[in-house]
Amino acid sequence: MTDGKSIFIDTTQCIACRGCQVACKEWNRLMPEKTVNKGNLQNPEDLSHNTWKLVRFSESDEEKLTWYFFSDQCRHCLNPPCKEAADKKANGVIIQDEKTGAVIFNPNMRINQVDFREIREACPYDIPRMQPETQMMAFCNMCFDRLSEGLPPACVKACSTGAMRFGSRKAMLEAAEKRLAEIKGTYGKALLTDPNNVRVIYLLVDDPDEYHKFAVAQKPFVL
Amino acid sequence: MKAKKRGAKLIVADPRFTRTASKADIYAPFRSGTDIAFLGGMIHYILENHLYFREYVVHYTNATYLVNTEFKGPGELGGVFSGYNEKTREYDTKTWSFQLDENGLPKKDLTLEDPHCVFQLLKKHYSRYSIDMVSSITGTPKEKLEEVYKAFTVTGKRDKAGTILYSMGTTQHSVGSQNVRSKAIIQLLLGNMGMAGGGVNALRGECSAQGSPDNGILSEVYPGYMPVPSASLVDREAYLAKHAPGYKDPKSINWWVNRDKYIVSYLKSLFGGNSSKYNDFAYSWLAKFDEGMNITAFAAFEEMHKGNVEGFFAWAYNPACSASNANKIRNAMSKLQWMVCVDIFDTETASFWRGPGMKPEEINTEVFLLPAATHFEKEGSTTSTARVLQWKYKAVEPMGESMADYDIMNKLYFRVRRLYLQGGVFPEPVINLMWNYGEKGPDGEIKSVDVHSIAKDINGFYLEDIYDMSTNPPVLIGKKGDQVPNFTFLQADGTTSCGNWLYCGSYPQVDGKPVNMAARRDKSDPTGLGLFSKWGWSWPANRRILYNRASVDLEGKPWDPGRAVVRWNPANGSWEGDIPDGSGPPVAHEDGKYPFVMKIDGVGHIFGPLADGPFPEHYEPMESPVIANPMSKQRINPVAKLDYMDKDELPVDLSVGGNMPYPIVATTIRTQELYETGSSTRRQPGLLEMMPQMFVEMSEELAQEKNIQNGDKVIVSSARGKLWAKALVTKRFKPFKVAGSTVHQVGMPWCFGWRCPEDGSGGDSSNLLGPSFFDPNATEPEVKAFMVDISRVEE
Repeated sequence: MTDGKSIFIDTTQCIACRGCQVACKEWNRLMPEKTVNKGNLQNPEDLSHNTWKLVRFSESDEEKLTWYFFSDQCRHCLNPPCKEAADKKANGVIIQDEKTGAVIFNPNMRINQVDFREIREACPYDIPRMQPETQMMAFCNMCFDRLSEGLPPACVKACSTGAMRFGSRKAMLEAAEKRLAEIKGTYGKALLTDPNNVRVIYLLVDDPDEYHKFAVAQKPFVL
Repeated sequence: MKAKKRGAKLIVADPRFTRTASKADIYAPFRSGTDIAFLGGMIHYILENHLYFREYVVHYTNATYLVNTEFKGPGELGGVFSGYNEKTREYDTKTWSFQLDENGLPKKDLTLEDPHCVFQLLKKHYSRYSIDMVSSITGTPKEKLEEVYKAFTVTGKRDKAGTILYSMGTTQHSVGSQNVRSKAIIQLLLGNMGMAGGGVNALRGECSAQGSPDNGILSEVYPGYMPVPSASLVDREAYLAKHAPGYKDPKSINWWVNRDKYIVSYLKSLFGGNSSKYNDFAYSWLAKFDEGMNITAFAAFEEMHKGNVEGFFAWAYNPACSASNANKIRNAMSKLQWMVCVDIFDTETASFWRGPGMKPEEINTEVFLLPAATHFEKEGSTTSTARVLQWKYKAVEPMGESMADYDIMNKLYFRVRRLYLQGGVFPEPVINLMWNYGEKGPDGEIKSVDVHSIAKDINGFYLEDIYDMSTNPPVLIGKKGDQVPNFTFLQADGTTSCGNWLYCGSYPQVDGKPVNMAARRDKSDPTGLGLFSKWGWSWPANRRILYNRASVDLEGKPWDPGRAVVRWNPANGSWEGDIPDGSGPPVAHEDGKYPFVMKIDGVGHIFGPLADGPFPEHYEPMESPVIANPMSKQRINPVAKLDYMDKDELPVDLSVGGNMPYPIVATTIRTQELYETGSSTRRQPGLLEMMPQMFVEMSEELAQEKNIQNGDKVIVSSARGKLWAKALVTKRFKPFKVAGSTVHQVGMPWCFGWRCPEDGSGGDSSNLLGPSFFDPNATEPEVKAFMVDISRVEE
């Protein structure tokens, strides 16, 4: 495989406009869900077969009043544990694009609940979802159809502040490291999330738990 | 975010911790309705610590002017300025004047020491705004106030600039205009007006919210901010005497002396050949208002409510959700005979008659809903808040029977004109109107509008060949039929036509052809200041920074050479950089001119009389949790508009006297997801998914007091009405400590309405709860600070 592609998400630049979340739905023709306000601006509540990109909101006032925004999506692992699990259960339901490294679900294959649960549990970020009626699995596919036309993913294109960037893995890693070095002085806790294992890398400035339970891998990567 | 990356400090002062606040270097909460205290504290801080930009203040503001010795401030008169009449609730502004010299010009004290000079009066006035006092009013901790004041006042130095951005959170108060004035005073003291990265900038909720008042949508101005005359100004001479007075100081450009050229050119654009020197250019056909009459939307609704209005056009307007005290507005519509709504969807306004609590069988209002084209379905320009015109193109044809606004207007015009040709009262302005915005059919009527012809008409053109008579032989400077290059070529003798002098230059003649400057898309920025002077076109004269001649010293040298906006080149006697604001050399020059050219005296007005005083003074909101104003015995703005209230709506009954039926401060808010009233965006399932329901943001402390869990359904009520909302309990709202007591505040969006989603699951607009109390200058309703109560719905 070549170097492949990466997305770098600089959360210090994210204003939670949720343009990425809407752009994802628009491009991938995902049906909006009927939601209610449950006391949080985060909506829909969670990822689903209809929601592959979700801006998560959380707040804390322990040291300083802070509002965390975390634009959640598939991390497109270099060696995806979901694929490893899927290969044993239903070979071909998850594939990895040779050129970009995108981890892609196969919309033409069905999968049963039990197998799906194992695949989801294998994911260190709790990403895969399934539509129970059609038994189709679903999660972010890095807009590989756009990529094949030389376009960036829809979410990146929609990002108004430049918080999301897209490019070769090498370039994104460099950009991420550079930005980390820039802000390290201001934010002592700043870190990049699992940069050696994934293609979608976040720059956080606080404990990952503050953003989202699955902001960083909750299972070790076994190579 | 770009500025921040370059090292700018972002300060957010807001009662709520917003998404913007989440990116701020400093966040300072303050109780709604206490802006003047918060900002007055900063003025106090600037003056006490000598942080003002002295040279700028002395030469470019009226700080040096000597004020009438009879003038007295609220510190001396128990909260009011001199001249207050308690009965009429108005000021006699006689004492708010300057001491004049033999030429009728204000006397000055350049040392700023005279006890009657503006600077000393300002100092005296704001000496009362100590940090302890401000903190007890605003509920902002003292350390936080100091942190903000310290960070912002650093910009009083020559090589530092700071900008103040604001929106409706500032203006929608009974002291809204004075809130903005406070910011202007700070920026004048710090020398931030006219600087790159300076200024007081209003952010707009709509992409051309700047363009519409530029072109006359406000009730009191014609295009180009030409005041609508009152009926007593019977002819052009009287109009000019009032609105274009002369000024004897040769250093003041006093730009409005040109008003005659603009009003005549405007009349020519309206009435063409029917306007001439023989009929005073048809001045008498201009619509006027009765002396002292308020002609704002809220005054119109009040008349409508009384049954005095027959018909109403709600053009892309959804006041059933957007206007404060919306129940009253909805009821007012039921008194109409007819209403025409022009919109892209059915709205709560168009369907008011079948809304909650309405009895359709008892309502006689005939409603017409005309389908309008969306912005993707029509061509034209928008004007951003930075005054930049940008042209946009039609992407798709309008759906079904929908039409662009200008095509609807066109059809209406010819229908109305036909009726007036048969007779009617005062038909002249309608019959004689020039309406040449497209090809005319055999019946003399235009079938479809060419929007470029409107843009060209707004720019203006020569009606005759014009010669410069000062040369011999005279030189042709303008050819009949050509577009006028800019407003300095406009004439008062009827030889030029111009729909809006401020936009003159937006569609000029270049190399023999009219050129649409708004369509320019050149991204070059040689100044490096972000001016982008060849992207679109900005009024006036493509000037990117207003009052930019205040960014230089008296010799014309930039205060900050590193970020020069303009500079005077003495070698060739001209300005370089951005288009200078006003002609003439820098002030120190023999023929030098002051920088604030739109002001009669050429300087920034620190002392600037509005209806409620020459300096901003803190008053409590009309509905307030504070029984006694800590600043003075005058609790509320003494001249706030009460005219539009029923007697039983008087605020004094609501929140004072110990018994507070509505103890919680409320503010209306917007959301990023749903636009304005949401009439278009609530119909986008992808947006509704993110922002599905009416909610009320409140602190954990308030929720606990009221036994409310996050996500509970609650009822929010005010003296005007009640509505349900989902409780959004958050750490981002904290109770305020005000004058020793705890004050709670909540925020509620106004982007929801009963009409859509159709199942009613979205709820309704927070404007149902808002009051009918208004700022005395702009008639802005006080929806950013009023009182409510909240209770949990048992389900």
